[in-house]
Amino acid sequence: MSDPLLKVEDLTAGYGAAPVLRDVRFAMSDGQITAVLGANGAGKTTLLRTLSGLVRPTGGRILFDGEPLDGVPPHRLVRRGLVHVPEGRGVIGELTVAENLRLGGVWRRDRAGEARSLAEVLDLFPEIARRRRHAAHQLSGGERQMLALGRALMARPRLLLLDEPSLGLAPRITAQVMALLRQWRDATGLAVLLVEQNVRSALSVADNAAVMSLGRVVVTAPAAQLRDDEDLRHTYLGF
Amino acid sequence: MDRFVFLTVDGLAHGAVLAVFALALVLIWRAARVVNFAQGAMAVATAYVAASITEATGSYWLGFVGALVAGLALGVAVERGVMRLVDHRAPLNPVIVALGLVLLIQAVLGMLYGNEYRPIGAPLSRTALDVWGVPAVSRFDLFVFGTVAALVGLLALLFTRTGLGLRMRAAAFAPEVSRLLGVNVAGMLTVGWALASAAGALAALLTVPTGLGLHPTAMDLVFVSAFTGAVIGGLDSPVGAVIGGVGVGLLVSYVTGYVGGDLASLAVAGLLVAVLLVRPGGLVATASARRA
Repeated sequence: MSDPLLKVEDLTAGYGAAPVLRDVRFAMSDGQITAVLGANGAGKTTLLRTLSGLVRPTGGRILFDGEPLDGVPPHRLVRRGLVHVPEGRGVIGELTVAENLRLGGVWRRDRAGEARSLAEVLDLFPEIARRRRHAAHQLSGGERQMLALGRALMARPRLLLLDEPSLGLAPRITAQVMALLRQWRDATGLAVLLVEQNVRSALSVADNAAVMSLGRVVVTAPAAQLRDDEDLRHTYLGF
Repeated sequence: MDRFVFLTVDGLAHGAVLAVFALALVLIWRAARVVNFAQGAMAVATAYVAASITEATGSYWLGFVGALVAGLALGVAVERGVMRLVDHRAPLNPVIVALGLVLLIQAVLGMLYGNEYRPIGAPLSRTALDVWGVPAVSRFDLFVFGTVAALVGLLALLFTRTGLGLRMRAAAFAPEVSRLLGVNVAGMLTVGWALASAAGALAALLTVPTGLGLHPTAMDLVFVSAFTGAVIGGLDSPVGAVIGGVGVGLLVSYVTGYVGGDLASLAVAGLLVAVLLVRPGGLVATASARRA
């Protein structure tokens, strides 16, 4: 097996004195969807923010594609293929839908490739394509999620960090989002690190899962095992 | 009728300059949430650069271009060397630092060039040309209108049509999200300061020849009027800045011409209060879109 795409070693990070992440360890490879599960305050969002460079780690290492990421600012990570869609989706309401999409690939130099990505994204999200000229704040919650995903895909990511994509969405839309993730993964070999409160929907799409509690990863297992092994589920997920 | 035409053209010319200066304030406000109180002093500094270059080379236009370049450079220097180091969590901090910059720049200019008014000639005639028998507009007025229109047009193109403009707008609206999308937000802030400072330089070049001359405090009154215009238009809106600037210019001209110069400032303050009472966010407020 080749080197993992993302390797996190003894990662510690936090805001101020108290660490939120303590010695977090896990790895994932290309084409894998890994769900990060855990209660509120377990450190899931902080993990994503540390991986994308918004929070400075206080200890440990992050290796992306074999290279350490310490001190690389977020806007440079995007160029390497690490794209973070934050909680609440980060759609910029003041800009139009088309401008939001363009922003996803605004750092790219290859105009032709950018146009190709845009065509693919519009193909994937026809409801977004129809509303290109609207201001993004006019979109519904589901449409915003689609726009945020489409915008992230404009950057041709190798690893997508998704924070609570199901938040505030109807179950039907959530299922649609999860299906799209799978589809895109199968087509491009994209890896996804998926933070979710909605355990069932996350396990339905993920290959692996990591359960976090109080800033640590307490167990990593194939998603199917967590789904089917009642003891494991009781112990770590509480249902 | 002659008088009305004269006052209108004069007000529009003054208002065009105020619009540019207000636009510069809005550029920085949108990017950094800071009212750049040092903008007047910075603009005067670039006007001194223009005067020095013109004196040395004999060419007004070399001085003109030199001042715009100096404006860009000064904007970068102030953002990178001063403002970036200020803790922006308390909104008062950058304001105090900007006011300190005013004192510093004006003192340095006084030491270098002296505190006397230095007359600056206009590059073109300021004598009004007849239009249909009415003395209406001078060549210098036309130059002011042309330059201001060009600047406003170029800025509009930059912000609505280019990738750089899109990145600057995104960085202003949502800095953290923009970073995650690959935008160098700190870099966009520097570009914003550079553009605003160059626009301020242009305003100084266009207004100093119409006043008493060059002096370290020559732009103070322009700053106050332009700031008022920007607030009237809505500090967040470039379109509002242009409307507010031109509006204040016209109002000052009419009140000075028909009532008396003493009342001009009072009239501007009255307009400000009236607009803010009716529309607290300014004429072109974008607050509704922002919170959606």
